[in-house]
Amino acid sequence: MTEHDARAPGTAIGSEFGTVAASAPVAGAEPILMTRARSQWWDVWDQFSSHKGALAGAAVFLAIVLMVVIGPMIWPLDPTETDIRSRNQGISLVHPLGTDQLGRDIFARVMQGGRISLAVGLTAMALSLVLGTLIGVMAGYFRRLDGPLMRFTDLFLALPLLPLLLVMVLLFREPLTAAFGIETGIFILIVSAIGITSWMQTARIVRGDVLALKEREFVLAARATGTPSRRIVTRHVLPNILSPIMVSATLGIATAIITESALSFLGLGFPPDFPTWGRLLNDGVSYLELYPGRAFWPGLAISLVVLSINYVGDGLRDALDPRIRGR
Amino acid sequence: MNAQRPLVEVRDLKMHFPIHSGLLRRQTGAVKAVDGVTFDIYEGETLGLVGESGCGKSTCGRAVLRLYDLTSGEVVVDGRAIGTESQGSLRRMRTTMQMVFQDPQACLNPRMTVGAIIGEPLDEHTDWPRKKKRARVEELMDQVGLNRAFLNRYPHEFSGGQRQRIGIARALALKPKFIVCDEPIAALDVSIQAQVVNLLEELQDELGLTYLFISHDLSMVRHIADRVAVMYLGKVVELAPRDALYDEPLHPYTEALLSAVPEPDPAMAGRKRERIVLKGDVPSPANPPAGCNFCTRCPKVMEVCHRIDPAFREVRPGHFAACHLNDPRYGPEHSESAEPTAPEATRTQHGGTR
Repeated sequence: MTEHDARAPGTAIGSEFGTVAASAPVAGAEPILMTRARSQWWDVWDQFSSHKGALAGAAVFLAIVLMVVIGPMIWPLDPTETDIRSRNQGISLVHPLGTDQLGRDIFARVMQGGRISLAVGLTAMALSLVLGTLIGVMAGYFRRLDGPLMRFTDLFLALPLLPLLLVMVLLFREPLTAAFGIETGIFILIVSAIGITSWMQTARIVRGDVLALKEREFVLAARATGTPSRRIVTRHVLPNILSPIMVSATLGIATAIITESALSFLGLGFPPDFPTWGRLLNDGVSYLELYPGRAFWPGLAISLVVLSINYVGDGLRDALDPRIRGR
Repeated sequence: MNAQRPLVEVRDLKMHFPIHSGLLRRQTGAVKAVDGVTFDIYEGETLGLVGESGCGKSTCGRAVLRLYDLTSGEVVVDGRAIGTESQGSLRRMRTTMQMVFQDPQACLNPRMTVGAIIGEPLDEHTDWPRKKKRARVEELMDQVGLNRAFLNRYPHEFSGGQRQRIGIARALALKPKFIVCDEPIAALDVSIQAQVVNLLEELQDELGLTYLFISHDLSMVRHIADRVAVMYLGKVVELAPRDALYDEPLHPYTEALLSAVPEPDPAMAGRKRERIVLKGDVPSPANPPAGCNFCTRCPKVMEVCHRIDPAFREVRPGHFAACHLNDPRYGPEHSESAEPTAPEATRTQHGGTR
């Protein structure tokens, strides 16, 4: 072309000046090592394992889980066996954490109690997370559901929780224990009671994030492709609201353990001779001045679990975010 | 060009967004983002859509793809009326029309790899085996000039221009006929803009694509478009083949826009058209003025402009404009005082009509 008419559609912009405006070879023409087509989960693990706090948290959490799962099987002392002659003992070889006012071994009780507390904490957290995320996503994504669902959430937030829990326990305790046996029945009752009274915060946080996210252009791009709403939610929305969900999850476990202890304290949770961390803590409070260790050990266990899960959640959140990964 | 069949026909498209206010959230008005737009896009051509910020360009582009539920009007794409169809039945149709977005950062999901992003349309609309999908994704990456090795990387690892290439590759995945380019170059710096525009042109030649190219960059539109539509406050004020529009604009708003384009050649700079500076702001699309939308800022405003909204008429073959100046009934002869720049012409025309 001798005469350059910038308006001629065939002319590449800048061709008359010999500038680098040709479209194709500019972006990454230099040889680049192919990133290995390995599973994304390896990258996640790499990032997770580079987070020292997360690794330590995972180790502590695993140790606690192993202790409460295997511990009661190999520890010779029974957590409910009373031995009135050796009550209120301090730390010794036979009773590593001492004994309580009825001579029961505290170490055995902490291990046995951890089973219930961890199970209640994790299940109730999972339940409230599923409920909260579901309601939050529905409210945020579907404009028509927003009003009703959020007023429903406000309703739950406005309810006084303890009376509600009490009513639920009073209503459903008998039929559930009759149907599933005392232990499973009460477990189901407590888990669902805690689960359905603690999803509101998650729902509100998730809704807010979904509202912001669904206006992003990549969601619009997915709609322009014809992706149905359910797959937009699972593919584009949920992965991008992982961090707030993760944070509420880690906090939720602690709340669930504490709420369970409050219920037990009111005599509405597990039966009194049934050790849980919350109950042990409450039992220990009245002896706090004489034997501080009795409240200390279950308290330490709860704190360790919460702290370790927090760190694991922190590490997971970073590991699942490709923008942070590999830095 | 005009002998070809129109691929996209837009008829009196209206897109109003309701305004709710008060305690009971009653609808008290509407933002008339797009208010009665009519145009055709012929197969294989590029229609440039220009206008200033907030004039409804992007909304118009999205409404044409039915990303919104239209207030009224009809859109026909590839012989199929899609104006009132449900999103579900539109799904199959989506393979023929795609979109390239303005912000290459925001239009890519940060948690998906490039391969997954480009392959998403394939996942949605084909049941190909994994191998075949991957081969297609690699082919697309070659086509837009991305190294295949980037397949497993994430969007944040790329520059703006590369991200825009990813967005273009995604739009091409299903071999569409029609692509709406919603300011694809606005967020890029100038050297990258040229690359992306050249890429779009190459792809058009190669694949026979039809573009609706939305932009506020008049010189870029002049480069890429075959015909140009100018929008002001929700309406198309002028639609013409590119050269006719740039050489001889028929609407005062187009004149003002064109006079603002900088001249890159210093030798030519002095010989430019006189710069027309518009006074005031764009009226709110929730409360447009009576009569012509442009009457509040028009340098050639006439009395009739405040009363009657000018019709969008074919003034010359293929050259449409919505302005009373081109209407012999109202024409410049009634507006001596409003036409101080061309008294000579006014007088002769005046005499002519008598």
